[in-house]
Amino acid sequence: MQDIISSGDWLPYTFAFLMGLSMLIYAVLDGYDLGVGMLSDSTNEKEKDRMIASIGPFWDANETWLVLGVGLMLVAFPAAHGVILTELYLPVAVMLFGLIFRGVAFDFRAKVPYQKKWRWNLAFYIGSLLAALAQGYMLGSYIMGFEDSPLATLFSILTGLAVASGYCLIGACWLIMKCDGGLQRKAIKWAKYHLINTVVGLGLISLITPLVSERIFSKWFSVPEIYWIAPIPLATGALIAFLYFILRKLPFENDRYCWVPLITTTGIFILSFTGLAYSFFPYIIPEQMTIVEAASAPSSLMIMLVGALIVLPILIGYTILAYVIFHGKAKDLSYS
Amino acid sequence: MELDPFILSRIQFAANITFHIMFPTITIALGWILLFFKLRYNATKDEAWMQAYFYFTKVFALTFALGVVSGITMSFQFGTNWPGFMETVGNVAGPLLAYEVLTAFFLEATFLGIMLFGFSRVPGWVHTLATFLVAAGTTLSAFWIIVLNSWMHTPQGFEMIANEAGQLQAHATSWAEIVFNPSMPYRLTHMLIASGLTASFLVAGISALRWLINDRSPTVMKSMKTGVFIAAFLIPVQMFVGDLHGLNTKEYQPAKVAAMEGIWETQKGAPLVLFGMPNSETKQIDYAIEIPKLASFILTRDWDGEIKGVDAFEHAPPVAPIFWAFRIMVGMGVMMLVISWTAAYFLWRKQDITRPLAFVLVAMTFSGWVATIAGWYVTEIGRQPWLVQGVLTTEEALGPISGGMVATTLSAYLVTYVVLLIAYISTLIHMAKRAGDGSHRDPLKPSVQGAERRTIVTAAQ
Repeated sequence: MQDIISSGDWLPYTFAFLMGLSMLIYAVLDGYDLGVGMLSDSTNEKEKDRMIASIGPFWDANETWLVLGVGLMLVAFPAAHGVILTELYLPVAVMLFGLIFRGVAFDFRAKVPYQKKWRWNLAFYIGSLLAALAQGYMLGSYIMGFEDSPLATLFSILTGLAVASGYCLIGACWLIMKCDGGLQRKAIKWAKYHLINTVVGLGLISLITPLVSERIFSKWFSVPEIYWIAPIPLATGALIAFLYFILRKLPFENDRYCWVPLITTTGIFILSFTGLAYSFFPYIIPEQMTIVEAASAPSSLMIMLVGALIVLPILIGYTILAYVIFHGKAKDLSYS
Repeated sequence: MELDPFILSRIQFAANITFHIMFPTITIALGWILLFFKLRYNATKDEAWMQAYFYFTKVFALTFALGVVSGITMSFQFGTNWPGFMETVGNVAGPLLAYEVLTAFFLEATFLGIMLFGFSRVPGWVHTLATFLVAAGTTLSAFWIIVLNSWMHTPQGFEMIANEAGQLQAHATSWAEIVFNPSMPYRLTHMLIASGLTASFLVAGISALRWLINDRSPTVMKSMKTGVFIAAFLIPVQMFVGDLHGLNTKEYQPAKVAAMEGIWETQKGAPLVLFGMPNSETKQIDYAIEIPKLASFILTRDWDGEIKGVDAFEHAPPVAPIFWAFRIMVGMGVMMLVISWTAAYFLWRKQDITRPLAFVLVAMTFSGWVATIAGWYVTEIGRQPWLVQGVLTTEEALGPISGGMVATTLSAYLVTYVVLLIAYISTLIHMAKRAGDGSHRDPLKPSVQGAERRTIVTAAQ
């Protein structure tokens, strides 16, 4: 610790932390609204309106965390940003097309003539699905160190499905909290289904990741690290079991505890993300480039840190404010 | 055929940023126009202002959504196609981009939620404040981006130091010099006024369309007047600022000015070419219609002043695209002047417009887009072959990607943009028709919904 501070390497690590934090917040926040998009396919028009109304005031700001996360990588780790994004050229493009169509579908579906509405419903569903699959695919190919082999591609497809399912899970949990009646019961069913898929996916990723890299294997399965890192998988398991239990009991009288699945799933997301981050630290590109090697000049990082420390608390503050203002069950949305 | 990733990446970047700029150009100023509507309503309690506010809020929301999604594409473009940019000047560009995202993007995105959906959920003053913060956010966002862009044209406040691998990288020496670089104040003012003109012609054009569909309600007339009067006021200011911006460019990027004027060989008493065909073979303007010595006078304030030609520079941009884009921008500006002043005269003297004038205003709805994009082409192509003037060429920044891959994404982007543009414009037309079906006269008709209806009803009581 002393070395890190005296060598000035604390700046890159701080930025790596902030970048990771943005990505995590993004995965949770945009995760639920991408999930809602993917779940919107198997519903009727009224339910679609209600589901989209539940995320209407938030999606803009949610997506901005992606811009912040990628932006931090761009500005703090320019070398890594270049390598990672040129490696992921096509999945990035697919994700962007997904996000474009999905983002504009929110507005278009509410404003076009009724006969054309189905087109934008479809754009909303397919856009959400493409964005989620592409993000998962990128995670997989990142874990594989951008290896170009059929096996690596297969693994990336698997992570694509796992991430999409994870987003559906958290999206369903969001709907449990924001909706009531028939739609809430549907959401509980979706949550149970996607919990199983997510657990299978998460399990496979956790098994394969240590196998592809000796370094990661030794980080997880050597003494004494195993003692203080073991709580991560154990706690994840406990949360999954608890989530399954509560999903079977829901809904309670007066809609009590309707927020518990969302909080629990967020916990699972945080733990999984921490596990991944632990596996890759101190690398920013697996086995190729470390966080320190990829960083910008300390003076530039310092300037940005000042801004970030002033702005981030305000930013988190007014994100919370928005959630307070729009708390409670989703109503029909109107510009009011 | 070999696909050249350099040319394709440039076209792709141009396509992305052209598509992106259209929407912020509207929202930057439309945000302030919305605040004006809201404040007028607060002051007069006249329902027509609130209807104008609600109507153009919908336009704003749609435009903003397109701006957000096309902006996300931009933040990835740097890494996917042009990694050399951040690797070389990342230490300067990084903090500027970071401040753009931190201060502005979130301000807009979060308070937009309150502005759009929070009217009945928050007190009136919070709603007005949210409207103000959204407008301020978009403007602040423009400020940081213009700072970075201007620095790429007139870089200062940095030194180049080699890293361990021997690659030269820019390191900031003075942030004040970087932020207040010589072309920034001119470019920022020019762009903000351009946004004002784009938004005001949009507001005037949409209102004229509603007027043509026989909607002559107070809200339509009030928004049309707002649009026309703002445009009539801004256009002469813009011409004055544009002239100053040109003089500034002549000092720091003379090759760009030479291309704008279509001058290859350095000459004294250069004529102002109104129109003609630049011929890069003979290095002359064919079929030129020109005013003798005027270019020299405009640029040097001396009828016999010397203007350096493109050939006098080692690195110079291509003449034809800049020559054309510049004339399109200026021509658009002149049309804007004539039309906005005519419309202002009618609205001021007769309190109404005529049918032909309404058609002209509708035709000019997106004139701001044409002028703004043409202007950006002048300044950006005018910087070539440099990406950062004198520091980094565009070619050096290209990443290791194949032409085939770029061709694939480029075609997909182009199709997407055409589809979205058609959807955007036809939705605006649809909204104008729906608003113009007469339902606005009865606040209880279903075209006004929810809290919007409640407010109007409460206001009416």
